[in-house]
Amino acid sequence: MDSAFIIEKSVVIVTVFAITMIMAMYSTWAERKVAAFLQDRVGPNRAGWGGLLQPLADGMKLFAKEEFEPNTPNKFLFFVGPAIAMSTALMTSAVIPWGDQLEIFGRTVELQATDVDVALLYIFGVVSVGVYGIMIGGWASNNKFSLMGAVRAASQMVSYEVAMGLSMIALLMMTGTLSLKEISEQQAGMNWNVFYQPVGFLIFLICAFAETNRTPFDLAECESELIGGYHTEYSSMKMGFYLFAEYANMFISSAILAILYFGGYNYPGMQWMIDNVGVNTANLLGIGVLFIKICFFIFFYMWVRWTIPRFRYDQLMNLGWKILIPLSIVNIVITGICILAFK
Amino acid sequence: MSPILITFYFLAAITLATAFLTIYSKNPIHSAIYLVLCFFSIAGHYLLFNAQFLAIVHIIVYSGAIMVLFLFTIMLMNLNKENEVHKPRITRLGAIVVFILMSIVLVTIFINSKTIMGEYDTSGEDFQSIKTLGKILLNEYMVPFEFASILLLAAMIGVVLLSKKEKTEKK
Repeated sequence: MDSAFIIEKSVVIVTVFAITMIMAMYSTWAERKVAAFLQDRVGPNRAGWGGLLQPLADGMKLFAKEEFEPNTPNKFLFFVGPAIAMSTALMTSAVIPWGDQLEIFGRTVELQATDVDVALLYIFGVVSVGVYGIMIGGWASNNKFSLMGAVRAASQMVSYEVAMGLSMIALLMMTGTLSLKEISEQQAGMNWNVFYQPVGFLIFLICAFAETNRTPFDLAECESELIGGYHTEYSSMKMGFYLFAEYANMFISSAILAILYFGGYNYPGMQWMIDNVGVNTANLLGIGVLFIKICFFIFFYMWVRWTIPRFRYDQLMNLGWKILIPLSIVNIVITGICILAFK
Repeated sequence: MSPILITFYFLAAITLATAFLTIYSKNPIHSAIYLVLCFFSIAGHYLLFNAQFLAIVHIIVYSGAIMVLFLFTIMLMNLNKENEVHKPRITRLGAIVVFILMSIVLVTIFINSKTIMGEYDTSGEDFQSIKTLGKILLNEYMVPFEFASILLLAAMIGVVLLSKKEKTEKK
């Protein structure tokens, strides 16, 4: 392992980290702007042009706030909860291919922190561990409402993980690989998976909403019933971490949706660009295209949040277990028949 | 000492420590959290063997699903020291006997499996890749693999039946 390799990977990792943080920061701004747009308001417009400095002001405010701790016997776990939520939200970005490759100083730089063989399962594993942040934090708060929020979040995420995994299996049967890089490469030139797996995409999208605890599935922080859900007792930056983790999760899940079903960094005419304009320009454009797709999905998350009301808890469970899981099993069977018939 | 050996000792220390803490901590939720840490360090051991698939699946199934449900149940039941069930001596003896029998079975499995894995060792195939793993599971171990899936399916149906029965009684 030479030092250039280590420097290259460190730069990629730090960049990915910074971009995830900045995207999460500006998602909070975008959320307010989208909400304002959908409700015919102006939204934040005091700090900076169009309120662009609002996230910085919010961050400063959260840091400066008094740190309140409830009277709980589990001070350590109370502290660990937001830490787990934040770190699992950031860990997923390790296997995401942001672009094909760049040629800098005669070296081929892969725009991905690591290309593991089991990337898709890795994402699934990290997502399934993410529940602990909410559960441990909610329980250590020593508050009934927090506990109820945590228990709801846990059962919701465990239930929707099943359907999510099953919809992934249908996709895997088509692609024959778990590596996100290979999945992206297979979709070169409008050969997007969404055209072959529309039902799988729909199931995955709904499950992504449930996994990130976004409306209409944000029962874990249902204000009218549970005050603030699992983060009722949190204040200052610990609270900020929970909220930040939600936006980071949103960014990552949008990236995964774009890569799995919408072709990742591929765009029509990419091969032509590589042949005629140059590898670097074509691939930088590819990164831009991926971010446009990601931003569309983030916008979609917000659009849904300000349009659709919250589900009731039994409706949520019925949707998960009685509709999505049978649907995804049928999807697997149909995918299998199609693969056998057309191969 | 090579870095791998140091990592191994480090992971082994974590595994043993968290396993003991699981048994000895008074609070059931702390026990469960130590058990989660224990599972993570075992996944680390799998990674040391270069078994990525096994490590990730271990995390998904044990840490991500089973232990979440465990924690969930413990939180809902709100277990205290007062309502801890006192186990009679005969069940403890039974547990020890079952543990010994289980370890005999496991040891024999490991001794026997070594000869089959030996052939793959010389062929120089990539053990990490899930493609090789899939081929081995559906060629050499076809029958046990199918048996295991049928067992899981039967268990699943059994659970659904059990939970349904309770509901009708309540009504």
